[in-house]
Amino acid sequence: MSGAPGRAERLVPWLVFAGLAAAPFIGFGEGHALTLLARAMIFGMAAVALMLLVGGAGLVSLGHAAMLGMGAYAVVVLDHAGIVEAWIVFPAGILAGAVFALVTGAVAIRTSGVHFIMITLAFGQMAFFTTSSLAIYGGDDGYTLFGRTEVLGARWLEDRLVFHFVCLGLLAGCWALVEALLGSRFGRVLRATRDNETRARALGFEPWPYRLAAYVIAGAIGGLAGVLLANATEFVAPAYLAWQRSGDLLFMVILGGLAGPHGALVGALAFVLVEEWLSHLWQHWRLIFGPLLILCVFFLRGGIVGLLRRG
Amino acid sequence: MAEPLLELRALHKSFGGLRVTDGVSLEVMQGEIHALIGPNGAGKTTLLHQVSGTLAPDAGRIMLGGRDVTHLPMARRARLGLARSFQITSILPGFPVLENAALAVQARRGSSFRFFGRASREAALNAEALAALAEVGLEGRADAPAAALSHGEKRQLELAIALAMAPRVLLLDEPLAGTGPEEAERLVRLLSGLRARYGVLLVEHDMQAVFALADRISVLAEGRVIATGTPAEIRADAAVRAAYLGEDGA
Repeated sequence: MSGAPGRAERLVPWLVFAGLAAAPFIGFGEGHALTLLARAMIFGMAAVALMLLVGGAGLVSLGHAAMLGMGAYAVVVLDHAGIVEAWIVFPAGILAGAVFALVTGAVAIRTSGVHFIMITLAFGQMAFFTTSSLAIYGGDDGYTLFGRTEVLGARWLEDRLVFHFVCLGLLAGCWALVEALLGSRFGRVLRATRDNETRARALGFEPWPYRLAAYVIAGAIGGLAGVLLANATEFVAPAYLAWQRSGDLLFMVILGGLAGPHGALVGALAFVLVEEWLSHLWQHWRLIFGPLLILCVFFLRGGIVGLLRRG
Repeated sequence: MAEPLLELRALHKSFGGLRVTDGVSLEVMQGEIHALIGPNGAGKTTLLHQVSGTLAPDAGRIMLGGRDVTHLPMARRARLGLARSFQITSILPGFPVLENAALAVQARRGSSFRFFGRASREAALNAEALAALAEVGLEGRADAPAAALSHGEKRQLELAIALAMAPRVLLLDEPLAGTGPEEAERLVRLLSGLRARYGVLLVEHDMQAVFALADRISVLAEGRVIATGTPAEIRADAAVRAAYLGEDGA
């Protein structure tokens, strides 16, 4: 976070939210477009949470997809038990992400730098293989939900437009939460431990309680995103927890820019939309997508939102 | 005699076969500037590292306000009233100048596990932080990014951070290093005015400043304290002249 964001940059999240709110009414209202936007918003939520870790605490996690996986599998476990009520499913998914983050974070937070990347990757892979071996929930093949989560018995979330605005509301909520956290006393300590850990210690701040708290909060938001992801696809598979997905999330954060959680919003949208566009353009689209990402790292040092600073 | 604020008892530290701290004992009283001098490689910074908690001594004890802090981590010692400036400036470059000091105030003012409310707008924290900046003469730069300060200003900021912590003991590792003569003079005046509030352990190469400031001086050579006394006593000490002052021509 170098310097305060300018006025143009402050507008970014509001433009994103306004655009997403208007999208169904300006030609993106049919099924495929809404599915794509829901996917972008859900990954946006996870990316905003990851931004709290990467941009706030300087903790580069390569296991964030596991948090989504916990939320998604919480939906599966409850669905299997015949529980589809939102007031149970959503808190359970959030709790699953938070508990997984607490248990793995308590170990991972003891390390830093490359070791932290490796250990979060290892925990993510453990979760991946665990879900793969859960035969009762479909193992490798995944699990098809009977339907979306119900709200007090009503099947509101089946309506694509309702689901669109639920995702948008929660995305805006997560963004506001992370934005508030980073500016709070807690966030200031977190940023200080990233900026200069020795100075933070010399001021009297032991970094680990702050880092662990941030990790658990990011896990909780990841769990929430997982619940929505399961609902968006009505299907959950171990692939949701694959490390490639964690890498994608990390890339969204860096692509958007580390100046604030709005960078993660922009990054997630750009990533999902460009991925979709390219995959229609050419069968071997990954051959373009890969180098494109590399070019972004080289030439967009401050991410996409960093462009607003120079101009 | 009153209890010392900071007391080192027979500290030992070796790196392999090299004894960098060899039975050092000294104390810092309330209202006293205790200077630590000695040739390069005498072990001054290593000693400060042990006091602040960056390095663990092999043997001996460190007492802060009568409490054994030998095995406490750096952050705990800081909360018990030990503030340190580093030989290589250590600030928060990504923060505005004011927030560098405000975070030091925050560390001792209520919980930092507050998740809402913008910390940078907490008037009580900012007022104390600004007062600390004013003491070192940086109040005009409060809103600048800390990374944009000149070298001398960063030294001032580091001192302001230490003051904002409202510590009992200040450990200053070469606060004058790299400052111009005018800045140095200002800092000497400032430090001299501060002594009543704290106990200060000062490591400094500028002998003029040391002899002007210190109430007591300990001379370190090859990890051992070879003399402790008032500036006048140290100036007159034959062993010190042989080990250090004579060669330096100070």
